Amino acid sequence: MTELERQQWDVVVVGAGGAGLRAAIEARERGARTAVICKSLFGKAHTVMAEGGIAASMGNVNSGDNWQVHFRDTMRGGKFLNQWRMAELHAKEAPDRVWELETWGALFDRTPDGKISQRNFGGHEYPRLAHVGDRTGLELIRTLQQKIVQLQQEDYREHGDYEARLKVFQECTVTRVLKDGERSERGVPPGRRLGGRVSGTFCYERESGRFFVLEAPAVVLATGGIGKSFKVTSNSWEYTGDGHALALLAGAPLLNMEFVQFHPTGMVWPPSVKGILVTESVRGDGGVLRNSEGKRFMFDYVPDVFKEKYAQSEEEGDRWYEDPDHNRRPPELLPRDEVARAINSEVKAGRGSPHGGVFLDVSTRMPAETIRRRLPSMYHQFKELADVDITAEAMEVGPTCHYVMGGIAVDSDTAATVAVPGLFAAGEVAGGMHGSNRLGGNSLSDLLVFGRRAGLHAAEYASGIGDRPVVDEEQIDAAAAEALRPFSAEEPDAAGGPAENPYTLHQELQQTMNDLVGIIRRAPEMEQALEKLAELRIRARRAGVEGHRQFNPGWHLALDLRNMLLVSECIARAALERTESRGGHTREDCPTMERSWRPVNLLCRPCDDGALPLGGRIELVRKTTEPIRPDLLSLFDKEELVKYLAEEELYE
Amino acid sequence: MATGTEPGTEPSRRKDPARRGASTPRPSGVHDASRAAIAARHLRTDRWWLAPAVTAGGLLAFIVYSTWRAFSNADYYAAPYVSPFYSPCLAENCAPMRHGPNWEILGSWWGLSPALLILIFPLGFRLTCYYYRKAYYRGFWASPPACAVAEPHTTYTGETRFPLIMQNVHRYFFYAAVPVAGILTYDTVLSFRDEHYAWGHMGLGSLIFLINITLIWAYTLSCHSCRHIIGGRLRHFSKHPVRYRLWGWVGRLNARHMLLAWASLISVAVADFYVYLVASGAFDDPRFF
Amino acid sequence: MSSYEARFRVWRGDTDGGDLQDFSVEVNDGEVVLDIIHRIQSGQAGDLAVRWNCKAGKCGSCSAEINGRPRLMCMTRMSVFDRDETITVTPLRAFPVIRDLVTDVTFNYTKAREVPAFVPPQGVKAGDYRMQQVDVERSQEFRKCIECFLCQDTCHVVRDHEENKAAFAGPRFLMRVAELDMHPLDAASESGLDRKATAQEEHGLGYCNITKCCTEVCPEHIKITDNALIPLKERAVDRKYDPLVWLGNRIRRREAP
Repeated sequence: MTELERQQWDVVVVGAGGAGLRAAIEARERGARTAVICKSLFGKAHTVMAEGGIAASMGNVNSGDNWQVHFRDTMRGGKFLNQWRMAELHAKEAPDRVWELETWGALFDRTPDGKISQRNFGGHEYPRLAHVGDRTGLELIRTLQQKIVQLQQEDYREHGDYEARLKVFQECTVTRVLKDGERSERGVPPGRRLGGRVSGTFCYERESGRFFVLEAPAVVLATGGIGKSFKVTSNSWEYTGDGHALALLAGAPLLNMEFVQFHPTGMVWPPSVKGILVTESVRGDGGVLRNSEGKRFMFDYVPDVFKEKYAQSEEEGDRWYEDPDHNRRPPELLPRDEVARAINSEVKAGRGSPHGGVFLDVSTRMPAETIRRRLPSMYHQFKELADVDITAEAMEVGPTCHYVMGGIAVDSDTAATVAVPGLFAAGEVAGGMHGSNRLGGNSLSDLLVFGRRAGLHAAEYASGIGDRPVVDEEQIDAAAAEALRPFSAEEPDAAGGPAENPYTLHQELQQTMNDLVGIIRRAPEMEQALEKLAELRIRARRAGVEGHRQFNPGWHLALDLRNMLLVSECIARAALERTESRGGHTREDCPTMERSWRPVNLLCRPCDDGALPLGGRIELVRKTTEPIRPDLLSLFDKEELVKYLAEEELYE
Repeated sequence: MATGTEPGTEPSRRKDPARRGASTPRPSGVHDASRAAIAARHLRTDRWWLAPAVTAGGLLAFIVYSTWRAFSNADYYAAPYVSPFYSPCLAENCAPMRHGPNWEILGSWWGLSPALLILIFPLGFRLTCYYYRKAYYRGFWASPPACAVAEPHTTYTGETRFPLIMQNVHRYFFYAAVPVAGILTYDTVLSFRDEHYAWGHMGLGSLIFLINITLIWAYTLSCHSCRHIIGGRLRHFSKHPVRYRLWGWVGRLNARHMLLAWASLISVAVADFYVYLVASGAFDDPRFF
Repeated sequence: MSSYEARFRVWRGDTDGGDLQDFSVEVNDGEVVLDIIHRIQSGQAGDLAVRWNCKAGKCGSCSAEINGRPRLMCMTRMSVFDRDETITVTPLRAFPVIRDLVTDVTFNYTKAREVPAFVPPQGVKAGDYRMQQVDVERSQEFRKCIECFLCQDTCHVVRDHEENKAAFAGPRFLMRVAELDMHPLDAASESGLDRKATAQEEHGLGYCNITKCCTEVCPEHIKITDNALIPLKERAVDRKYDPLVWLGNRIRRREAP
């Protein structure tokens, strides 16, 4: 039996980004003793990277806005694959979540009459994004962080201890969600075993490497995304799909993992900043895309369905900026997936920029002064990181992995996972809300709406559970052994083969996903990727690290590799299965969107090693979605619905 | 379970100071036992000492010059110019200045240089000025000498105690500095006379006075206390649009407070020196008209 | 594209001591110091501890001292150094070291808890908050803070005097007090909390001798000294050293029971 520190909490929240903190606040306010556990320092979560704003139909700028319009935009953006109840709750509750932030001290930019200002964004019919310049994510994180501090100050006054009822375990990692009453029968994969309510989490402290267990009947996963499995990404090192993997390993399935959003414009040069986002506003404000021949190539890539909505000539496109009512918008402003694909094709055709992107130019479109005023952060980003003066020369940009729409399958109302009692998920790690493609600004509101719901229902579940689930000692021992494997792998193991460098394995994984399951997908490539992933998984067992357990990044990475490999396999497998192109999932061999795929969700579940072709560990299950409620369906025109829904869905 | 990787139950937080190569007997600051063991007081490779050295040199030069001029009690008036060090003149022993700022408030008992009476105010204003404080704390007191360069003092209480807590009176020196600047403005107006007190003339001295008074005003108004009083103390700018606008202007000046502090310091010395040259007969004031 | 070998000296060690170790490492065009540290990590020292996150100057995790100056490693381009220069990277020297480039920044989180939170105005419902842009701008500047703690690290009050840590909140959290005091709707004073006075009495504003190192190192270019600390000092003067205000308070106090 492993000796380690154990603590009892009511709710454990894994992740301290927008969703995690909002969940923790709610759980604590509902009376649950709540622990938050995060890999970084408190307040450094990836949410700080969000720039644009929080989408909420407050109608401050255009009073025509309401939740129905927001719902409609979200469903269209997601190509109707969204879990419609989530989209409905999201649209209805987002304004309250934003207003609530103000009572906690947030300072949004204002309208002239003193309300929260809202800005336009792609896919949103009205100005809808509450924002603070281009650092909205930072404001969100800081406000939630300070609200947590406020609750802790309250507890201090009452109990003399800041952490009596709400504690943040920073720089700690969870490697397993523990369950009770689950017998580890050999040959039966975790998800299929009997019983199993959540009983806690197995964690290690990054600083010291010490293991500890947080015993709790309810666990909220809010760990964000998976971008670090791809080479070019706007995501930080934390985005290793931990929550996805934890859920899978605990027996909760993942939903629609094939949908990964590639933002069309990330920096491509210098290598150190490759992937960092270049905001959509650059194109919104007049920036144009050109290839190495100086041609505005986007005019060649307007798909037929959009032909009548986009300009056919440069002259018309240019006039749109001044007079949007009488001209059509330039094709640079097509949806993110279209632009990303076009850039990809140009580069493949050999018309790319010197560093493998295309040119995004504002310097010839606007006076230098205007550029500096409208795009201050982009001006500084390029000046400081790339030594490029965007007022004088073009930027080089290319697609970058940005967001995963897929995630843990959850109940729309309660954010509970479908298979594991006591396990909840919210934020990017949860799937369904955004369908096949997320609209800008819907992410931050998603965090708040479903973070709160997860915290609320986790607290309710914890208080109503009666007997606390018992932590299974066998699972703790197994988790400890698993976490220590990288240290004993230093010697060449019995199966042969030398110890592997985790950094090398990570780079190979990123390259594989980038090249073979990237923005444009083909069946043979994805099969190749699955083979490569199987090989990497075997090699990852030999991933060895030097040194000891105190703040050892090599060890941390070796442990994260398990998660990235699992998630990558889910993505590759689901992408291979879905034989259509929709939103963030583009198949060169199946280029059209099929109405028959609209009601189909792909669930990933863990299964036995080797039971599947290509040595996989993930099996896919097709699930037909619940029909969209008639009153929600009636918000759309029939003509629009026929593009997405099959006949039988329309007339049900 | 793997061996040799289990961390100690309680990591040792304290280190043996003898191993650390610290020069001070009681290691503190960057040599505190808890901090990264680096013997050097700092690892800066740039010429970090240049700025405090130049600052100290400049201030020292001004102190020497102004002390000499303030105590000399001579060569401070050459019609129509009065040295800014001696204006207004508050004792009876002043040189007669026609229409000039002779206000014999203190009567005849004052026997020292009249400059000493009035210089208290600009001196106090500059001594408690937020910029000069930075300059001399860094330049003279090495507290700190430069950013991330360890200071040589073993204790530090900043401005929490007497006498440095008195820095908080800066605002009152600002109130006093405003009328002084007003009088110097008056002197500048008077300088548009010739040596026979006829109006409508201008010499090199008038130009120097004009530049000096402009810089004095710019420095005075760019003061942080001024910025606070004029609008900074408000909570709702939107309810005080005029003060908000003024606050914006002062703020723009305030951003150049350091520059103005030096420029006005030099210009006031130059104005005084010019009067000295003319009064002592070493130089003839060139008249433009 | 050209690459060269750079000489690095990186502090390695932990609470029991350590020293600067030499590395020779490849540098490519356009790289920043953090890239080089990562290259050392993936090739020469797999267990080199370093904190980082966004690598875009937005999260404030990768604070360190480069050639003795507190900076973000992700925002320090290699091109600012000469190719034959030896670049020294150490952990922040104002905080207890944990391992290699990672320090224990608990001090900052402790101080954050000591600043009373925003007090919402009584009787104003969520959604009914009305504030003018000109009124929120000052506090917004301070809310740009990414909490890299470089200002806390460079401030000599605590950097050079461990004993002052108990009494001094540091520039970051004095700025937080200023932010709340300038918040157009903060109702602290209605609840009996005088932020201006507590800045001096509880958060150690008097220790600040406005030598501006915090402003110099701020990667967000927040004018910490000019816009937060000095205005806060002036506000404390309003409360405590202005004889007119003082007199007024005394009279009012006498009138009150």
